Amino acid sequence: MAKYLAKRIGRSLITLFIIICVVFILMRLMPIEGYFKNFDKMTDSQIQAGLKEQGLLDPMPVQLLHFFQGMLRGDFGVSHSYRENVPVTEVLRDKLPVSVKLGSLSILVSLILGIPLGAVMARFKGRIPDKLGTLFIVFIQAVPAAVYYLFIQMYGTTILGIPLLFDAGNAKSWILPVLSMSLGNIAYYGMWLRRYMVDEINKDYVRLARAKGASGGSIMFRHVFRNAFVPMVQYLPSSFLNTVIGSIYVESLYSIPGMGGLLVTVIKNSDNNMVQAIVLLYATVGVIGLLLGDIMMTILDPRISLGAKEGGR
Amino acid sequence: MASIKDKLSKNLEDGIAGQMKKEADTLAGMSEEELFTYADYDEKEGEKSGYSNYSYWGSTFRMFLKNKGAVCMLVIMVAIVVFTILQPYLPGQMDPNLVNTDPDRFVPLRNVPPGETFWFGTNSIGQDLWARIWTGTRTSLFIGFAVAMVEAVVGITVGVLWGYMRRLDFLFTEIYNVLDNIPHTIILILIAYILTPSVKTLIFAMSLTGWIGMARFIRNQILIIRDRDYNLASRCLGTPTYRLVLKNLLPYLVSVIMLRMALSIPAAIGSEVFITYIGLGLPAATPGLGRLIEEGRVVMMNAAQRYQLIYPTVILSIVTISFYIVGNAFSDAADPKNHR
Repeated sequence: MAKYLAKRIGRSLITLFIIICVVFILMRLMPIEGYFKNFDKMTDSQIQAGLKEQGLLDPMPVQLLHFFQGMLRGDFGVSHSYRENVPVTEVLRDKLPVSVKLGSLSILVSLILGIPLGAVMARFKGRIPDKLGTLFIVFIQAVPAAVYYLFIQMYGTTILGIPLLFDAGNAKSWILPVLSMSLGNIAYYGMWLRRYMVDEINKDYVRLARAKGASGGSIMFRHVFRNAFVPMVQYLPSSFLNTVIGSIYVESLYSIPGMGGLLVTVIKNSDNNMVQAIVLLYATVGVIGLLLGDIMMTILDPRISLGAKEGGR
Repeated sequence: MASIKDKLSKNLEDGIAGQMKKEADTLAGMSEEELFTYADYDEKEGEKSGYSNYSYWGSTFRMFLKNKGAVCMLVIMVAIVVFTILQPYLPGQMDPNLVNTDPDRFVPLRNVPPGETFWFGTNSIGQDLWARIWTGTRTSLFIGFAVAMVEAVVGITVGVLWGYMRRLDFLFTEIYNVLDNIPHTIILILIAYILTPSVKTLIFAMSLTGWIGMARFIRNQILIIRDRDYNLASRCLGTPTYRLVLKNLLPYLVSVIMLRMALSIPAAIGSEVFITYIGLGLPAATPGLGRLIEEGRVVMMNAAQRYQLIYPTVILSIVTISFYIVGNAFSDAADPKNHR
């Protein structure tokens, strides 16, 4: 196990290194306006001097080396237009906790609502609860999130009288963003849990339990649910991290001072250093999510040994 | 015990020999024409010998027709697609980019509510919303179809190579690990940010993230069926690889391919809405549904102008839901395991 973990983490680090290089090189293609705060008023020679000063005219490997050196010191450059000359890390330090709080809350809500949804659908397969659930899932999956978020915002604020913009101190203003962020995950968890549970119900041990005289509810929760939940666990870390990322749109709609809203703002301001740092953060988080998912699954289900299966994912 | 068995088998052999002799006698009695003419196809006779007139596409079609909801959605879907193509050629249609002005007072007709002249009203600068919605649907559907096609072609090609050539497996798996670990939203934003926004750029950015999932799926399926007995037999008989792939492997995957293509159209339309919101979408002169929804979002808090958000979203939802349901139903129908 320890040996496998070491190997797996090593591989993740290599993947991460490649991703950082690719993203970094792509970033050099960005419009150069994004490196200055008043690009329009500058002369050509000023621009060249500015680029040189920021080390952007060096050959690519040298730039990459500088970047990695800076990264190890925790230095990602300074913001150009969002908060002038403030180090990127400092800007992010204020923003990250907000996103994490919202993301955790939304995952909690999705689990609380999504798991019963899947379980009830599997229990009453083919009957009314199953059909209603399927309708909900089809709707959430087919209609782009970008559209139903708008309607939640529109009717939530007009009919329920919830404030339009987010205010950390006002508990009511948390409801709509968290709900918007949860809906997709609720449908996702519900759909997969239903499928895994239906698969499990057809297995022999369920028939044995029934023959033994165990009650329907006890079979469902002590046997079927616990087995069906294991494959779900694998997705939890990445879905948590993706919720924090996927909230780009929600955070921006409600003006939440978090990471997602920030990315949209800095793209609109074309603040290159900020865009770069946030993109790298998200990519890192994606890799860590997959790793954590695999590890959690081995902890929960002793039958799965990752060491034996080469490569795993 | 042994003697009973011997006796039984001897009886059986005698019986068979007798029957064969009888058949040979009847055949010998028949004329040349009777022996060498085609028999008419008779369903009952066919069932007896295990022959069936099973046709893959026929069964798929029949299974699909059984799903009434999906057939209904298919009709809506086809109607919308045909209408978006025909709409500019119908009489009495307006230019989607024309700013309508009041002929008497020479002021733009801003935010005119839906009525006789403007069926869906006008937007905040006085353009006809009806014309803009159908132009937008056309643009969005075009992007959706283009992305689905690119994803299918690239995904299938790479997937087949990845699954079929063992030597390439390692390379492709590594590429997959790298690409799949970067959140797709980020790639989309990044590409749209680097390149100037246009229909082509958006198609490129969306295809860049979509094909990898398709390729991965095709690869897994190919790995499962590539060494099945019937493929082994084909290979032993000297069938060229391309024929093996086209005739033996890909037909098996039609349902999956169709499903993914049908689902990537709603996904592409959703991405377009999102990208437009961020400010990296299509220029205002080529309205997509994303641009219209974004324009509607700006005025959505004003109840009198809310129609500018509701009309485009309703059309968009009908398009995406119909593609989603038809795609799912077709994929179920195309799966031979569901044929009876």
